[in-house]
Amino acid sequence: MAAIIMSNLPALVVVVPLLLAPIAAVTAAPGFAWMIALVGVASAFVAALLLQSLTTTMGRISYHLGNWEPPWGIEFVVDSATSLTLVVMSGLAFLATLYARGSLAAEINHKDLGKCYAAWLLACGGLFGLVATGDAFNLFVFLEISALSSVILISMGAGTDRRALTAGFNYLIIGAVGATFYVIGVGFIYALTGTLNIADLAVRLGEIGGGAALYTGFGFMIAGILVKAAVFPVHVWLPAAYGYAPSAVSSLLAAIATKAALYILARLLFTLFAGVPAITDLALTYVIVPLSIAGIFGGTLMAIYEKDIKLLLAHSSVAQIGYIALGFGLASKASVAASFIHIGNHALIKGGLFMAVGGFVAALGRRATLNSITGIGRRMPITASAFFLCGLSLAGLPLTAGFVSKLYLVRAILSQDAYVIAALVLVSSALSIVYLWKIVEVMWMQPAPANAPHLDENPAIYAPLWIVAIANIWFGVDAGWLVAAARAAAAAVMGGGL
Amino acid sequence: MLMQLTEIWNYLIVILLMMIGLFLVISRTNLVKKLVGLSIFQTSVFLFYITLGKVAGGTAPILTETADTIYSNPLPHVLILTAIVVGVATTALGLALILRINEAFGSIEEDEILAVKIEASATETLNTDTSPAPAKPKKSGDSV
Repeated sequence: MAAIIMSNLPALVVVVPLLLAPIAAVTAAPGFAWMIALVGVASAFVAALLLQSLTTTMGRISYHLGNWEPPWGIEFVVDSATSLTLVVMSGLAFLATLYARGSLAAEINHKDLGKCYAAWLLACGGLFGLVATGDAFNLFVFLEISALSSVILISMGAGTDRRALTAGFNYLIIGAVGATFYVIGVGFIYALTGTLNIADLAVRLGEIGGGAALYTGFGFMIAGILVKAAVFPVHVWLPAAYGYAPSAVSSLLAAIATKAALYILARLLFTLFAGVPAITDLALTYVIVPLSIAGIFGGTLMAIYEKDIKLLLAHSSVAQIGYIALGFGLASKASVAASFIHIGNHALIKGGLFMAVGGFVAALGRRATLNSITGIGRRMPITASAFFLCGLSLAGLPLTAGFVSKLYLVRAILSQDAYVIAALVLVSSALSIVYLWKIVEVMWMQPAPANAPHLDENPAIYAPLWIVAIANIWFGVDAGWLVAAARAAAAAVMGGGL
Repeated sequence: MLMQLTEIWNYLIVILLMMIGLFLVISRTNLVKKLVGLSIFQTSVFLFYITLGKVAGGTAPILTETADTIYSNPLPHVLILTAIVVGVATTALGLALILRINEAFGSIEEDEILAVKIEASATETLNTDTSPAPAKPKKSGDSV
């Protein structure tokens, strides 16, 4: 039994959440549906941890679905980069699921909860599959599974704010255009090579070496994934989607959805198209780097002028995605490792911040804006101090996870003598303190309105939140495991692994 | 020249449909028309793949007695079966969302929905705030 499970781990990560989804959908009792979701995501987390320990000893694991040999059959590939991304995603998904029980019940119509957990499991399974698959077309299928279920989850926010509906619709349209761009690109490279297996494609594209069809396919694929990863300026779907989704969904998607797309971006640039440096170098230097710097500043400035806390955090996500994409764009082993560190740390930071805001929303019964959370630091000290810790981590103060990310990113940039970029990163970090201070000031420095009602804090909400907040400190003090794993991930991605 | 054009006839149609679809998605304010545009855009990709798989003079890929039969490539066609399913699901979800949007905002025109939103957030600001703030700026996510 144990041997069967161990040999099928790459499939189990994906299949268990997907298979449990229909059971959750037909479950009438929301508590039971939540249990199913928790079991599904927890087993994916356990499988991801096992895979992580396997890849550190065995290197690359190739899993043949249905025993069809690649390149004919669909292959799941798990190497150090895949397993690190899976651990980060499934771990945060697990914490978000723990948190969802208290938060979703406060924001979603009771009878919709079962179906909501079904969409939740589908989104998680789809995103894990996106990361695990080694087949270019299978990747598109997982892209759409996760996108459609994310749209459902975002639109569930209509229970508290009808703007969630238009946010979901916009994400559906923009996401579908992005995914279709990706498929057009796959069509071009399939026409060139006659294969869809990513490892096989990497070899054959290297043999072809260039040409108009290859460049066109490359452009379409990268453009499609940039939309999904919400890299500036194709991030327009993200602020409204995360801002109006139920808080637990914002926490889940902010922590894992764009991370999966960013992982795919790295895989395409450094593995699939590794054999054609002529075009990837061009794209990295003249597209990814400028766009990510523009995104860092665009997102930060939008966040500074935003009054709604969830929208503010969503704009800040655009900036943080910029840091991750910047690390990929600089294309050195150190900078890619820094990006993988930030994939993990930003998932912790933004997951925690959205959880805390969800706590405010659940207690206040309305949207958290700079006006409605005045003086909330004294009215909800447990939730507010966790928000404060995650906020410190976002700003990148020493002894927090965010500091480790910034440290490794800036060091990687400096080792390439890109002083202007390093200065820009430091300036943008300083700017991020502006919008965080704005929130901290109204939370702690201003008195609550005189007639403010007493607010209850729900342990079901603040317990998972505090786990994330403590993890933010933990990975700031002892970053050894994450840094080592990220370095192995960068080596696997850049070394033409897969 | 004309011969060349007829040889790549399918690809010309693909490009034409792709551009029509993308233009509709970007330019229409009516949500249903946007979704129609998206479907046309996706259909152009289906046609692209099907054209890729067709081998001139090739038949359906079923084993025949004659050894030197030319077969068309079935793989792109099968891929497109999957993509069609995805497309149907996207359209269905989009239409369901449009129904809910129509219930919530009383319109499926983007500019009218935006007007409803601005009006609602303005009254909300007046009712709940001690200091009147200007209406929220237009969200970037709504503008596409």
